[in-house]
Amino acid sequence: MFKIKLPLCFIWMCIPLLAFSTTYFSRWNNRLPTSVNSTAVEENSPAQASQGASKEIVTKAVDFSKDIQPIFKASCYQCHAGEKAKAQLRLDSKADALRGGVSGKAIIPGNIKDSLLVSRILGQGDSTSMPPGKPLSAQEIALIKAWIHEGATWPDEVAAATGEKIDFAKDVQPILKDSCYQCHAGEMPKAQLRLDAKATALKGGISGPVIVPGNSKDSRLIHRVLGLGGEQRMPLKGTPLNEQQTATLRAWIDQGAPWPESASVQDAKIEKHWAFSAPTRPRTPDVKSNAWVRNPVDKFILAKIEKANLTPSPEASKETLIRRASLDLTGLPPTLEEIDRFLGDSHPDAYEKLVDSLLASPHYGERWGRWWLDAARYADTNGFEKDRPRSIWPYRDWVIKAFNDDKRFDQFTVDQLAGDLLPNPTLEQRVATGFLRNSMFNEEGAVEPEKFRVEALVDRIDTLGKTFLGLTVNCAQCHTHKFDPIKHKEYYQLYAFLNNDEEPSIDVPDEKMIAKRNEIRAAVEKIEAELTAQTPDLPRRLAEWEEKSKKDVGNWTVLEGVNAFGTVGLRFENLPDHSLIARADNNAKYTYTAKAKTKLKDITGVRLELLTDESLPRNGPGRAPGGGLFLSEFSVSAAPEGRTEAAEKVAISGATADFSRPEHPIKDAADGDSLTYWDIEAGEGTRNQDRKAVFVFKQPVGFDAGTNLTFLLSQKQDNNTNIGRFRLSVTTDSNPQVDPVPATVRQILTIPAAQRTRNQQREIFSYYRTTVPEWAAANQRIKDLLNDWPYGPTTLALTTRKWPRETHIFKRGDWLAPGDAVTPDTPAFLHPFPQGAPRSRLGLARWIVDGENPLTARVIVNRVWQQYFGAGLVATPEDFGTRSDRPSHPELLDWLALEFRDKGWSFKHLHKLIVTSATYRQSSKVTPQSLEADPTNRWLARAPRPRVDAEVIRDIALSASGLLSRKIGGPSVFPPLPPGVLDLGFAAAQFATWETSTGEDRYRRGLYTFWKRTTPYPSLLVFDAPNADVSCTRRIQSTTPLQALTTLNDQTFVEAAQSLALRVWREGGGDERAKMIYAFRLCTGRAPDSFELEKLLTLLRDQETYFKGRTAAAVYVSAPDRDKLPEDVDMHKLAPWTIVASVLLNLDETITKE
Amino acid sequence: MEYQQEIDHEVGKLLTRRNFFKDYGFGLGSIALASLLNRELFAASPPSQQPQGIAANPLAPKKPHFAPKAKRVIYLMQAGAPSQLDLFDHKPTLVKYNGQPCPPELLKGQTLAFIKPDAGLYASEFKFAKHGQSGAELSEAFVHLPKVADDILIVKSLVTDAINHAPAQLFMNTGSVVFGRPSFGAWVTYGLGCESEDLPAFVVLSSASGTSAGPANWGSGFLPTLYQGVAFRRTGEPILSLSNPRGITRELQRKRLDLLKELNGHHMKITGDPEIASRINSFEMAYRMQESAPELMDLSKESPQTLKMYGVTPGKNSFANNCLLARRLIERGVRFVQVCHEAWDHHSQVVAGVKKECKNTDQATTALIQDLKQRGLLEDTIVIWGGEFGRTPMVQSDPNGGDKMGRDHHNKAFAMFFAGGGFKPGTTIGETDELGFNVVTDPVHVHDLQATLLHLLGLDHTKLTYRFQGRDFRLTDVHGELANKLLV
Repeated sequence: MFKIKLPLCFIWMCIPLLAFSTTYFSRWNNRLPTSVNSTAVEENSPAQASQGASKEIVTKAVDFSKDIQPIFKASCYQCHAGEKAKAQLRLDSKADALRGGVSGKAIIPGNIKDSLLVSRILGQGDSTSMPPGKPLSAQEIALIKAWIHEGATWPDEVAAATGEKIDFAKDVQPILKDSCYQCHAGEMPKAQLRLDAKATALKGGISGPVIVPGNSKDSRLIHRVLGLGGEQRMPLKGTPLNEQQTATLRAWIDQGAPWPESASVQDAKIEKHWAFSAPTRPRTPDVKSNAWVRNPVDKFILAKIEKANLTPSPEASKETLIRRASLDLTGLPPTLEEIDRFLGDSHPDAYEKLVDSLLASPHYGERWGRWWLDAARYADTNGFEKDRPRSIWPYRDWVIKAFNDDKRFDQFTVDQLAGDLLPNPTLEQRVATGFLRNSMFNEEGAVEPEKFRVEALVDRIDTLGKTFLGLTVNCAQCHTHKFDPIKHKEYYQLYAFLNNDEEPSIDVPDEKMIAKRNEIRAAVEKIEAELTAQTPDLPRRLAEWEEKSKKDVGNWTVLEGVNAFGTVGLRFENLPDHSLIARADNNAKYTYTAKAKTKLKDITGVRLELLTDESLPRNGPGRAPGGGLFLSEFSVSAAPEGRTEAAEKVAISGATADFSRPEHPIKDAADGDSLTYWDIEAGEGTRNQDRKAVFVFKQPVGFDAGTNLTFLLSQKQDNNTNIGRFRLSVTTDSNPQVDPVPATVRQILTIPAAQRTRNQQREIFSYYRTTVPEWAAANQRIKDLLNDWPYGPTTLALTTRKWPRETHIFKRGDWLAPGDAVTPDTPAFLHPFPQGAPRSRLGLARWIVDGENPLTARVIVNRVWQQYFGAGLVATPEDFGTRSDRPSHPELLDWLALEFRDKGWSFKHLHKLIVTSATYRQSSKVTPQSLEADPTNRWLARAPRPRVDAEVIRDIALSASGLLSRKIGGPSVFPPLPPGVLDLGFAAAQFATWETSTGEDRYRRGLYTFWKRTTPYPSLLVFDAPNADVSCTRRIQSTTPLQALTTLNDQTFVEAAQSLALRVWREGGGDERAKMIYAFRLCTGRAPDSFELEKLLTLLRDQETYFKGRTAAAVYVSAPDRDKLPEDVDMHKLAPWTIVASVLLNLDETITKE
Repeated sequence: MEYQQEIDHEVGKLLTRRNFFKDYGFGLGSIALASLLNRELFAASPPSQQPQGIAANPLAPKKPHFAPKAKRVIYLMQAGAPSQLDLFDHKPTLVKYNGQPCPPELLKGQTLAFIKPDAGLYASEFKFAKHGQSGAELSEAFVHLPKVADDILIVKSLVTDAINHAPAQLFMNTGSVVFGRPSFGAWVTYGLGCESEDLPAFVVLSSASGTSAGPANWGSGFLPTLYQGVAFRRTGEPILSLSNPRGITRELQRKRLDLLKELNGHHMKITGDPEIASRINSFEMAYRMQESAPELMDLSKESPQTLKMYGVTPGKNSFANNCLLARRLIERGVRFVQVCHEAWDHHSQVVAGVKKECKNTDQATTALIQDLKQRGLLEDTIVIWGGEFGRTPMVQSDPNGGDKMGRDHHNKAFAMFFAGGGFKPGTTIGETDELGFNVVTDPVHVHDLQATLLHLLGLDHTKLTYRFQGRDFRLTDVHGELANKLLV
């Protein structure tokens, strides 16, 4: 079929050729007609033209590729081809040629007279004939005329092929990669055609060979990309190849389809993508203007600038430099004192000293910490629906501190991914694991907790991919990655690293709290030591007690396979120790129903164990914020196996517990009255322990056929005080009693006395002393001491789960369709897993920061670069895969990556390199040359001039006005929020509160603003702060009217203007002029020029006239609080200044990094 | 023109107040460096030579892929999921099996949110009747809707993927159950641009409770933020910070802005940065919005008949007011209005709940359709009415949890209706089985619906794409078939 079709489609393609005889060809090529009647074709009468031309040429229609293109190539392309064609006339591509150049249309099909090409090659008018100095021959001119006359036929597929040698790797492979590899690459290519490896590409697919070397005409590849022969044009999905691309493919095939072995990886993989090979330290390039260069960064940049025929910009003014560097390194504008000091410092190293002091500023950590928090998708709420608050700000503070300490990036990474798995992890290292925990969490009623646990893991892998690897790993969740060599299975192997965690909220006491706790502990130990000292026969008494308490253990059978459900939406997870843990929504008064079967007969009682668990608040065992719970009623019913309808309630005759709050004893949970309840609250410092209760049956229960037991555990007291984790057991003991000894102590007692550690001995004693009546006073003293036990704030962290989960591939990404089991591993196309590293998050972290990793260092330096220059060296910071943008400066990227890695993974070192470079220090002034030659500033022949980030806009306004609090860290704050914002969140009245902060917390830096995911703080969101739903490695900059409204009218900015006016009034000096300069400098860091100064003063005077006598308006405009008017200023005078201040705060320059 | 002259010329134009709204539309962004000078400098270059990122105003009206049936959308998002069985999908058979457990084969593999598999079937307590020439069957809960029975297309065979509110709302609005994708309105704005000179292209109004998925329902995901919906507030000024602070009159505001413009223009000359023009423009646009938005919100300008028809009380936040506002918005060139009303999650007392929410929405919805029709706007405006999923034919009753005679979440079958914009009026499409559990004819998956809606707007859902993370993303992900039966 293929062979039959082939000639047919070429007949179609080559219609012009068919008009010629072969003899014509030979004649044409060897011997051009000697007498061309050029005057005949010059006339614009079609009749004449065709008549005249018919004599010699037009009998044989002109063929573009054989007749015309060679002329163009020989005589025109030197100037009129490629991107920089003279007079913007390109004759090397059909579309461009027909469009014409600056002077107009060069080729008007059918119209020789008006086609400028003709008049120019004839040298008509004043201009010299083209090409200059080498006029075309008469034959050539005649051919061109005839060709235009005939309609300038230019077949689409003949285009730019200039006859130059085609380079496969450079010219052809990118086309195949972009347009064909989506289907025709990899192990399961469509139509069995693989174009990503030489052997398979030349072999062809189902329909046979597609490339016939030396013969593009017969190559099916060409037919298909042109859509010939009635077949669908390739690529089926996506843009058809343009004429240049098809021409390149044709030329390559015609040149014999050379495919160097180096362009084909052994096992037929795609040629290794640059980002997947480890960087090597590149040679710094040679440049002409060496004097400009300050450090190696500049050489790389300058080389490209020179290549693009540009010149670097002069250095920015010192005022600009200090503001730029301050904004970049600390996110704050410099104070006037800092500016003056810098301007006054004429030492050659003044700028370097400035940079050092900025890097040493504690605000550096805030600025770059915020940069990291974008990727970490940090927020203060859960995200879904109710979007409840959660405490994870200690993680944010950890990030800030890590930057300030210049923590090595490898350690920074390991701490965040696996701090808890390090040997003897510090509290800080555990806090760092909050990085992964920033995933959203769905508390909607009736969610399947496992489903959203899976989604959180998917989010974590996405975050890892974007943040550290620059890979779109998540594409492989449902199937093998389409573009990058990540297999479906490999996705789940990565997933397996993260699938074995518990998600606790850990206690993070500050230093004062730790000291207090130690003090309490010491005081308790002192009392205990006194008791021990005054009791010489303690060992004997302890032994007696231990012996006696053995009988309390009882004989209990744990109920297995308990099936439990809650009232609405709640889900239980059955743990391997047969306990059950409640998951998902907690916002109700729940009744848990638990069903179990037993073969036991004569059951005399049931034991309810309430168990602590890391995933519960403060370890549980309850779900209340402090880990407590209430139990209103506990009841049991029993039915013979198979006869559920015969269930009868089991009467309970009594109950005991190992601990009850005296006002709420255990018997209240078995009294049939749901208003009374059992409470296990033991007081500060002693809560959060396992507890247990035993309920005794009035009559033994049990049926021969087996017994179905149904337990109802109801909690009618309060939302959020339900049981967290519990376990049920039954006994046939004659008189069941609760074991008063706490489970932990009981556990120690099983160890032979001689083998117990000191701590274990102390723990036994601490319990034992509470059982000694004569020590009541001492016990009370201890209790009083513990009452001062300080609880720290909590933060979300990770720990390894006690019971490992098995990870399976999810078919099509569906968690309900598990496939084969997989074990933790990293993608095979990247560097190997470090030898000896554990197959845990820790090993994964070590693999990420492994020296062999081709990606991480590049990805990080690229994002740092992006923060300074607006765009990364790779424009897609989240994707370094095969579909990514090619780096603008590949060598610089590699050089920086290695510099970062090899100089101790130091961010500060990297920042200093960049900030002290000549590249960074250029002026941002846009010149006509630079704008025209490089509109996006890719070659950096000038500094960028971007708007500052959302948080910085706020910080600049607060800083200029003097309102800014420079306090670092602590819980997130609630600056004034316009009314109605929270309404957009779900059931705001019930779930959203915003207690506006007072005092300095009202004016904290933007990064401390409480970030509620469903209703993010509007004045930050409007300036493109990421909403934190997913990891963000590139902020977009927009300019909208909503931003203008914000800086004009938002309360914070209004207060800033008022405060700035007052500050200027008080501090700005004697006269208006001095005040105005002061105000202008506070906002922009520089003095106004005379134009600006005069304009501002004019407004001021105009406003003074306006506010004269308008007292109410003046007060409204200038006073935040009408009850606290400043006494040292006339409000009529202050109001005009407030207007001026608001103009200054709204200047483009104020919110721009010049 | 020399570069410096050109800058001067442009600055001069800016300084004459009225000149540039026509040219540069609503929002300009450096994401596209949508600036005056660039546009002029590069208009002459062929697209291949235009540096990436430089384009005209990203919100300028754009040509669709093909001739559209509809130009704009009013999406009445009935969040919480209204009970299709009590409103549209009449199931007499349910009466026969009322109270009996659902056949287990139906429940195989079905996820239920709250209820247990043994919950009994629950026949609707509402009566159904046929209306209009088309004989559209509607529940008596709708008192007004029957009046437009011949103008609407009822689809009883919708199917979705998610069963919890937030993910299902995300799915309906963004085509994905997870956060991070652009919303339907954002895609439409991205694809078609904005025709209003002084209002956002995409406006969100909201009554009742806030939606479960929150602003992600109208977010821009990975699209530039200027495509996201602008949520109008329910009380006070519609747009945040719209009003000047007390004491700042409109004249004073003008003075502030005039000086800002002069100073920014001056600085533009010095720096040569054309992006400053975008900043100047954004302030001027804000100034215009300050005038147009309050005028827009002032419903008292409407005739008493109109107010009565919608059931509007000016100044109150209600679904009715939002419907009327929606009409006023599209009249002013707004492309996409999303009216959110999250109130339909009737786990308990579905009868009372449906009655209540019909009372809140029925009249205004009907009035909106009638009003658009009489103004000749319905033809090229799509009106969408529906929730994120449906509700179970089984009852939700749990004395312990306080639920009585309600219905649980159901994703296998639900109903929506549509009017205008090329949807086939006076038609009912799709059927469910006798119990209303599964769709048996003409299933329309949410992705199909999305493809169809885009089609009516002249957009090919496979071609409206945005490159992110190396992949061309679209609203329908890799799915979606045109539901031709829904179209005229």
